[in-house]
Amino acid sequence: MQTLISPFVSHSLRLAPPLPRNSLLNNYHQASPIRLSSHFSTTSLRLFNSGAAAASRDSEMTTEDGKDPRIAKIASSIRVIPDFPKPGIMFQDITTLLLDTEAFKDTIALFVERYQGRGISVVAGVEARGFIFGPPIALAIGAKFVPMRKPKKLPGKVISEEYSLEYGTDKMEMHVGAVEPGERAIIIDDLIATGGTLAAAIRLLERVGVKIVECACVIELPELKGKEKLGDAPLFVLVSSA
Amino acid sequence: MSETENEVKDPRIQGIKTKIRVVPDFPKKGIMFQDITTLLLDPKAFKDTIDLFVERYRDMNISVVAGIEARGFMFGPPIALAIGAKFVPLRKPKKLPGEIIFEEYELEYGSDRLEMQVGAVDSGDRALVVDDLIATGGTLCAAMNLLERAGAKVVECACVIELPELKGRERLEGKSLCVLVEYR
Repeated sequence: MQTLISPFVSHSLRLAPPLPRNSLLNNYHQASPIRLSSHFSTTSLRLFNSGAAAASRDSEMTTEDGKDPRIAKIASSIRVIPDFPKPGIMFQDITTLLLDTEAFKDTIALFVERYQGRGISVVAGVEARGFIFGPPIALAIGAKFVPMRKPKKLPGKVISEEYSLEYGTDKMEMHVGAVEPGERAIIIDDLIATGGTLAAAIRLLERVGVKIVECACVIELPELKGKEKLGDAPLFVLVSSA
Repeated sequence: MSETENEVKDPRIQGIKTKIRVVPDFPKKGIMFQDITTLLLDPKAFKDTIDLFVERYRDMNISVVAGIEARGFMFGPPIALAIGAKFVPLRKPKKLPGEIIFEEYELEYGSDRLEMQVGAVDSGDRALVVDDLIATGGTLCAAMNLLERAGAKVVECACVIELPELKGRERLEGKSLCVLVEYR
């Protein structure tokens, strides 16, 4: 099995130091290089629960609770980068997951096992990291793949939906005719934070009569309560990073 | 479109060709835009597209598939998964976190940059570069340069579509290019 961190070891002096992994894992309490722990502690209060809560969460995770054994490896393959794109944000970097062939394969397999055989004819993926996870799932379950894109990227006639950002708004577009009323869809993105982007995707598809079976993400940041923005659409995630 | 000597020959190709939608005057007048989203809407044609590349590359010992943002992200990962290679996204500026290297390339007006994360590939990696289409070859060249600067060997570039009149193939400086469909 390819060790997650090995591609970066030779560059560790220059890279943003990899932080303790998502709370799903024992790694949360592993010893880290001295540089990291001081960096980590300044942001941990804001973005992570206290150590005590984390410890109890960890012990919940290590007791048998029906979690698929592949999930731990997937969670440990995700790299957390502090202060990207701006100070205070702990960025969940899935590129390291994509470098781990088993973890990437397992990620797709977990979604495929969940969604095959359920009459889902549409996999909608949100630009751009949803484009990495959506197509392999679509291919495996025999569904079409529909890219949900930033403005002015799709060449044909589009419908668009505005959504809020922290400052200002953005738009998401889908091709007219890509989907038909009555089709059953899942929406894929790498991560759900505030839920604004996924909510816009839901609105776009529902406007043309598509039924959203579920929203599926690799990672959830539950403190941002994105799930509440999804209305009736259920949410399924592999890794929860609190 | 007609099959020429540079296209892969296979009965599945005709089905793939018919699924590509040409949108005139996008993004501006005079451009006949090759829209692959209609290909993605046909599960059989999309699967055939991926299968054709997988059949070609599965025994070439490719350890990394690099996909160019954003349409290369739709074709690269399925190929990578099927051949057991890692997937490396090559992105527009400021999208990739962590330390990056960048390569500038020319646009019709001005220039742009392609970025790759430091440590994603190293010497010893045999790489395939994937994008939906090759036009002038500028982006593909930038992609190859990034991979080679990091020590990887670029084995081939793979695109669904080539616009041969723009001579992108010649820009690749001897690196081989595999395409499924030409548009003249």
